Amino acid sequence: MKYIEPHAHMVSRTTDDYERMALAGCEAVCEPAFWAGFDRSSADGFHDYFCQLTEHEPKRAAKFGLKHFCWLCINSKEAEDVTLAEEVIALIPEFLDRPNVLGIGEIGLNKNSRNELRVLERQIDLAARFNQLILVHTPHLEDKLKGTRLILDVIKNDGRIRPERVIIDHVEEHTVEMVLDGGLWAGMTLYPETKCTPARAIDMLETYGRERLWLNSACDWGVSDPLAVPKTAREMKKRGHPASAIEQVIFKNPKTFLRQAPNFKLGH
Amino acid sequence: MTKQQVLDLYFLDARHKLIELAAFLDRVDRATGKEDFRLPAFRAALTVLDGKKKNKATLVLRAFSDPTIVPIEKAVGKGATGAYSPPRSMRHADKSRPIPARDHSTSSKKNVP
Repeated sequence: MKYIEPHAHMVSRTTDDYERMALAGCEAVCEPAFWAGFDRSSADGFHDYFCQLTEHEPKRAAKFGLKHFCWLCINSKEAEDVTLAEEVIALIPEFLDRPNVLGIGEIGLNKNSRNELRVLERQIDLAARFNQLILVHTPHLEDKLKGTRLILDVIKNDGRIRPERVIIDHVEEHTVEMVLDGGLWAGMTLYPETKCTPARAIDMLETYGRERLWLNSACDWGVSDPLAVPKTAREMKKRGHPASAIEQVIFKNPKTFLRQAPNFKLGH
Repeated sequence: MTKQQVLDLYFLDARHKLIELAAFLDRVDRATGKEDFRLPAFRAALTVLDGKKKNKATLVLRAFSDPTIVPIEKAVGKGATGAYSPPRSMRHADKSRPIPARDHSTSSKKNVP
């Protein structure tokens, strides 16, 4: 069954993963800018990373028949240093016209600090000024509830941002409702240890409906599974969900949100 | 799905996880040394499972969550521990049951993307 992987950090993955994703039916992979697992020492490191996301990685994906798109930003884990963040934010506009760029992301919060919040506001301003879609990372574990509340307040308070052009990612049972109630999209991340299991993600679909929800693997350099989305589709099938419902969640929903970005074209 | 279908699909998996959880608590009981703030949070979350409360997953997640709404002054480190440790000024007044503070140097913090 065809699907879109709307959140995957392919720079951390091998070509074997691209091949397995293509074999599983993946049509396109979308890669938000994120933390490399270490702090970059200067804005130049981000410049190189943005080149990797916009030049090199699409070519690597194309070898396996996959379309590759990306999001650009400075992530929240490196946002405590506001001076560095401002230098990185200043770099982003020169990349926004590149053909695989979808918007600004994954911005957000990590430990819910004042500096992280300041940098989040600046990147939301950047998105508003350049009319970009927004993909938001919500914090981990004990910090998620508070962080999601703070993020929703910032978005709500910026009158230029239309909620249907924002996806709040990594929602769980205690945050999904507030995101959907605000008119935003919600992403459920399928991780083996943290965030969501396939069973819990499907529970949320059954509880809140299939509108404005998508599934992603967020596969990266940590414990993660690039095939988490098709595996969850199989779990939906086991529960008796019809093929049309599965297709909506793993293909049509991400397509509906992402095609608000002019660059998002699947080519068929 | 019917209750029967849910049980057929998920009972053995849930049973397995429940036994793992019980074994974890036994392991902690057998271990030496002091516990930290995570264990009281874990035990508090467990109380949600008993009884007829709805939305148990939400309640468990909330039990582990930072309930405050004001941003912190500065991020110290990047990782999360899985349970909220209130600052010293907000801790329980009952001195007979102090909750050891979060040790920011601990290697138990999970650095995830």
